[in-house]
Amino acid sequence: MSSTRTLVSPLTLSRPRGKAVYWTVFTGIVLLFALAFLFPVYWMVTGAMKSPDEVAGTPPTLVPHHWHLGGYTDAWDLMDLPTHLWNTVVQAAGAWLLQLVFCTAAAYSLSKLKPVLGRVVLGGILATLMVPAQALVVPKYLTVADLPLIHTSLLNDPLGIWLPAVANAFNLYLLKRFFDQIPRDVLEAAEIDGAGRLRTLWSIVLPMSRPVLGVVSIFALVAVWQDFLWPLMVFSDTDKQPISVALVQLSQNIPLTVLIASMVIASIPMVLMFLVFQRHIIAGISAGSTKG
Amino acid sequence: MTEAAARPIETAAEGPDRAPSPVAGRGRRRLTDQLRAYAFLLGGLLCFALFSWYPAIRAVVIAFQKYTPGSAPEWVGTANFTRVLHDPEFGAAWRNTLLFTLFALLIGFAVPFVLALVLNELRHAKAFFRVVVYLPVMIPPVVSALLWKWFYDPGAGLANEALRLLHLPTSNWTNGADTALVSLVLVATWANMGGTVLIYLAALQGIPGELYEAAELDGAGLLQRIRHVTIPQTRFVVLMLMLLQIIATMQVFTEPFVITGGGPENATVTILYLIYKYAFLYNDFGGACALSVMLLVLLSAFSALYLRLTRTAGEDS
Repeated sequence: MSSTRTLVSPLTLSRPRGKAVYWTVFTGIVLLFALAFLFPVYWMVTGAMKSPDEVAGTPPTLVPHHWHLGGYTDAWDLMDLPTHLWNTVVQAAGAWLLQLVFCTAAAYSLSKLKPVLGRVVLGGILATLMVPAQALVVPKYLTVADLPLIHTSLLNDPLGIWLPAVANAFNLYLLKRFFDQIPRDVLEAAEIDGAGRLRTLWSIVLPMSRPVLGVVSIFALVAVWQDFLWPLMVFSDTDKQPISVALVQLSQNIPLTVLIASMVIASIPMVLMFLVFQRHIIAGISAGSTKG
Repeated sequence: MTEAAARPIETAAEGPDRAPSPVAGRGRRRLTDQLRAYAFLLGGLLCFALFSWYPAIRAVVIAFQKYTPGSAPEWVGTANFTRVLHDPEFGAAWRNTLLFTLFALLIGFAVPFVLALVLNELRHAKAFFRVVVYLPVMIPPVVSALLWKWFYDPGAGLANEALRLLHLPTSNWTNGADTALVSLVLVATWANMGGTVLIYLAALQGIPGELYEAAELDGAGLLQRIRHVTIPQTRFVVLMLMLLQIIATMQVFTEPFVITGGGPENATVTILYLIYKYAFLYNDFGGACALSVMLLVLLSAFSALYLRLTRTAGEDS
């Protein structure tokens, strides 16, 4: 792979002048990346450890004069971070689980069980891809506030995050396309052996679908963790808000160092997940795009 | 367990299938198959019906109603639309949204493309660059917004400090009516660029090396190779991303809400922000839905174009 020819030929690069230009550009890019992408993260992590005077003073200091961990412990207590982090975990985990269960079942049905009107249903699901999600938040909010027929409100309830998350056409279509590739023979063999539909899904289809389930899981978790507008609407009750909403609501009235520490803590779970699964995440993004 | 119970019926139905009079048996089998298929579909279907299809229809209905939660809706014809259209913020919101999208296309489009182009030529530490460029995408958008709000701070902010260091004039950033919107575009670009760069990189890696080789033999210089090989070969991905970016940036909310609160002087009120204000500040859900429908119609056109293009591409491959 690394030997494939790109814009600049290997020959040009091997010449002294090519080498010089290459290493100059390389150094420039390293510096640019460090400055643009790593430095802000460093600035956040160390900013929380400066004293309140130092963080507000000019000129800014690159390294804290004294390292205070107080910013982080204060954030943990003052901002009630355990509650908000836990709320976020509950919301993300539930949305992930329900999405896996319902989207997988629906995709399996549409792909393999061929219900009457299945094509119409799939068309209806795909049509929602055309409707920009944010443009519908207000009527969606009204629906969640007063569910039709049963007249219950899901406001201030994690279900208000979980159930709408299931209506994810992108993930469902991803699963359906993957199931389409599983040959019929495999499923028919299982049926001849006496496996029912649920059994076939559980023991044959799901184990074969591990890659796509991983991708869907990552998408589902990241989406909930990063979302802001929807949880802002759903949770007016401060104790139930996820960390993204709580950060903004509380940002006005707390010392800067405490806010910065909270920002760092709010970022840690997603950044950690990215560092652990980076190979899969990056491969998923790159592959998804070129295959269309 | 239901599976085991259902099986005898299934096998029983198989017999008559080959028998002279198959119609009744096959019919029953079809019916149980259908019921089972819909049982699997039910949960997902209900969620789509409740949280996608129903709100989409409702947006259109409420746009023509006077609607306050708790009291009966009242038909008002196009009154919501006329009221919204006469709101002085309406023009500002559309102008800001379109400008935001335009700036985001100019900055958020050229920069990732050039970056991907250069990264693709590098022979070392490729994995490192890929991870680092994607890092801001994984930082929650609210955190990026708060982080940049701090950078833009007129007192302790890093942005003006950096300008001073380079002996450049300082800026008002988000406090100036003329610079606020661009400042927000910078935040959004920084936060979202990673994905675009990775997609471009994948597209660039798909270009056959022979094309460059042939162009070079024909005497094409570096810029000519970019113009005649790289750009035509990545044209499709560029177009896709452009449409996606238009759809995404026209729904911008977090940055103006968190950083500027729509100010100064309405310079950063976007359409989605205005929708939010109508619903949750003015308690005017009819107006909010009228605005939503306008945004919906415009964006659906771009979405339709996007889906059409991806579908033709899918058929090609």
